[in-house]
Amino acid sequence: MRNLLVHYGTPLGAVTAADSVSFSLRAGERLGVVGESGSGKSTLALAILRMIKPPGRIDAGEVWLDGVNLLALSDEAMRQVRLARIALIPQGSMNSLNPVMRIKDQIADALRDHGLAPSRRQVEERVRELLESVGLRPEVADMFPHELSGGMKQRACIAIAISLRPRVIIADEPTSALDVVVQKQVMETLARVQKDLGASVILVGHDMGLMAQFVDRLGVMYAGRLIEVSPVRDIFTQPLHPYTEMLIASLPSLEQKGTFRGIPGLIPLLRDLPPGCAFHPRCPHAVDRCRAEEPRLREIRPAGWAACHLR
Amino acid sequence: MRADYLARRVGVFVLIVWLAATLNFFLPRLSGQDPVRATLLQQASLGGHVQTGLEAMVKEYERRFGLDRPLWKQYVTYLRDVSRFDFNYSISSYPRTVNSIIAEAIPWTVGLLGITTVLSFTIGTLLGALLAWPGAPRWMRLLMPPLWALHAIPFFLLGLILMYLLAFRMQLLPMFGGYTAGAFPGLTLTFVGDVIAHSILPALSIVLVATGGWALGMRGMMVTTQGEDYVTFAEAKGLRRLTIFLRYCVRNAILPQTTALALALGNILSGAVLVEVIFGYPGVGTILFHAIRENDHFLIQGIVFTVIVALGVATLILDVLYPLLDPRISYRRT
Repeated sequence: MRNLLVHYGTPLGAVTAADSVSFSLRAGERLGVVGESGSGKSTLALAILRMIKPPGRIDAGEVWLDGVNLLALSDEAMRQVRLARIALIPQGSMNSLNPVMRIKDQIADALRDHGLAPSRRQVEERVRELLESVGLRPEVADMFPHELSGGMKQRACIAIAISLRPRVIIADEPTSALDVVVQKQVMETLARVQKDLGASVILVGHDMGLMAQFVDRLGVMYAGRLIEVSPVRDIFTQPLHPYTEMLIASLPSLEQKGTFRGIPGLIPLLRDLPPGCAFHPRCPHAVDRCRAEEPRLREIRPAGWAACHLR
Repeated sequence: MRADYLARRVGVFVLIVWLAATLNFFLPRLSGQDPVRATLLQQASLGGHVQTGLEAMVKEYERRFGLDRPLWKQYVTYLRDVSRFDFNYSISSYPRTVNSIIAEAIPWTVGLLGITTVLSFTIGTLLGALLAWPGAPRWMRLLMPPLWALHAIPFFLLGLILMYLLAFRMQLLPMFGGYTAGAFPGLTLTFVGDVIAHSILPALSIVLVATGGWALGMRGMMVTTQGEDYVTFAEAKGLRRLTIFLRYCVRNAILPQTTALALALGNILSGAVLVEVIFGYPGVGTILFHAIRENDHFLIQGIVFTVIVALGVATLILDVLYPLLDPRISYRRT
C-alpha cells in the first residue's frame, strides 16, 4: 500500500482519516495494526476492500495485490476481488450474519455470486468441508445465526471468509466482545486456516496482548497516520516512536501491580490536527522541529520503521 | 411443537372473538336505550299523534325479540346464535336478515379494498425499497415529495377532488355507485366492465393515498437495514448488488411491512367507510353508515362482529406464517 489518503466529508469540513499510509505485506505474513479509537485502523481495513462509504472517499494512493492496483479496478472487477482474493473477518461484536438466512445459504450465495455454480450436492459438500475446517459441526449449516453462540458465529464468519481461498485475510477486531476462552479458540482457528491457505493476515485491533501472541509485525496508527512498523518483538522491547513507547509502558504488567500509567492528553481532533507531528502536544521529547514539520515514515533500523524526527 | 403452537393461537383467537361478542352484547344494553321503543316512538311521532297501544306494542315486540327474558338467558341465546353467524333480522330493512345484507355487501368491499390494499402495498413497498437503494436511478428520488404530499391528504378528500375532475368535469368515469342503476347484476362481460369502471375512482383515491404510506414505511426500514453489519459483510463477501438488495436488504426490511399488511387486510371491512359512502359504493362501509343512521342495532352488531372476526383471522394467519418469514420468532413459546 502506498500513500493512501482517505477523507470523510463532514458539515465541519473534510476530515482526514488516513494520510499517506504506506506499508507492505509479504505472502503468509501476519501484520497487526493497533491504534486508539478513531486512529484510522478500521478505515484502513475498509479502504483495502474499497468499501469506504460516502461521505468518505479514497482520494489518493495505490493498493497493489499480485501486480494489480486495486484502486484502479472497475467496480465489478473489485467486487470479484472481494472474498476471492481479499476476505474480511468482521468484528466479533457485530451481527454480521443475516438473521433470517441459514448459514449454508450465506455461504452458498457467495459461491454463486463469484461465478461458481456447482450443483446442490456440491454446495452442501463444500459447506460441510468449510464448517469442519473451522471446527463446527455439519448441523450448523442448517441453523440460523440466533441459534449459534458468539464464538460459533465468528467461526462461521471465518468459514465464509476462507470459502474462496483468499490471498489476504483482513480481520477487524475479530474477537471483540468474546470472552477470553472463546477468543483464544477463535484466534487458533484463524491461525490454523491461515496456515492451510498460506494467506497473509492483517489483524486490526487494540489488544496488545493478542497482537503479541499472533502477529509477526506490528503497525501503530495515530491520528490517521502509520507512525511505526516493526517486528512485534522489537516493538515490545525497543519501541522507536515515543507514542509506541508510552503505549507499551501503559500496559498493565505482572511486576508492577497497582500502578497504571496512561498517556497524558487526548487524541487530537482529526479535523483540527496540530501542525507538524500530530503527537507533539502529548510528546515529552518534542522539540521545535516537531511543531513545524511533519515527520515521514523511514527505516531507522533493519525492518524497523518510524515517523519521528528524534530518531 | 407446531401443533401445540397452532392450538394455542387458535385458542387465543376464540378467546378474542368471545370477548368481542360479549362486549358487543352488553355495550348497547349499557347505553340504556331501548331500540324497540325508540323505533316505535319515532314512527308514532311521524304519524303525528300518540298511539294508545304503544306500551302493548313494545311488550309484544320485546316478547318476539326475546328481550323480556332474564339477561343471562338472552346472553346464552345470543352466543348460540353468534356461533352460527346468525344475527337475526335487520330492524331498518325488516324482513331481511342481517346475514343476507352483510353477505351481499362483503364481495364489493373485499373486491375493492382487497385489491387496492394489495396493489398499494406492492407498489408502495417496491417504491420504498428502491427509494432507499443507492443503486436505483436518480429520477426515482423525484417521486418521494409527491408521494408524501398525497399521503397527507385524507382519501375521502382526494376522492372528492378526483370525482369532481374525472367524473364531473371530464365525464370519463361514472360518478356514483357500484354499477349503473338498473343494470342486472350477473357474470356478463358488460356488467363486469361496468363494475370495473365504477370502481376506478374509489380505487384510485385509496391507492394514491395508501401507496405513499407503504413507501414511507418501507423506505425507513430499508435505511435502517442498510446500516446493519450483515449488509456490510455481504458487500465484503463480494456479492452482486442485486443479491445484497434483494436477499439482505429487502428480505429483512419487509418483515414489519408484512405485519402491517395482514392488519390492513383484516381491517378492510371497516377501513373505507368514508370512501364507500362518498362514492355510494354498495359495500360494508355504506351499510354500516346507514345502519348507524337508522339505529339498526342488529345490523351494527353483525357488522362489528364480522369486522372483529376478520381481524382475528388475519392476526391468526399472520401468527402462523410469521415464524416462516422470520426464524427468530419460534413456534415454541408464545
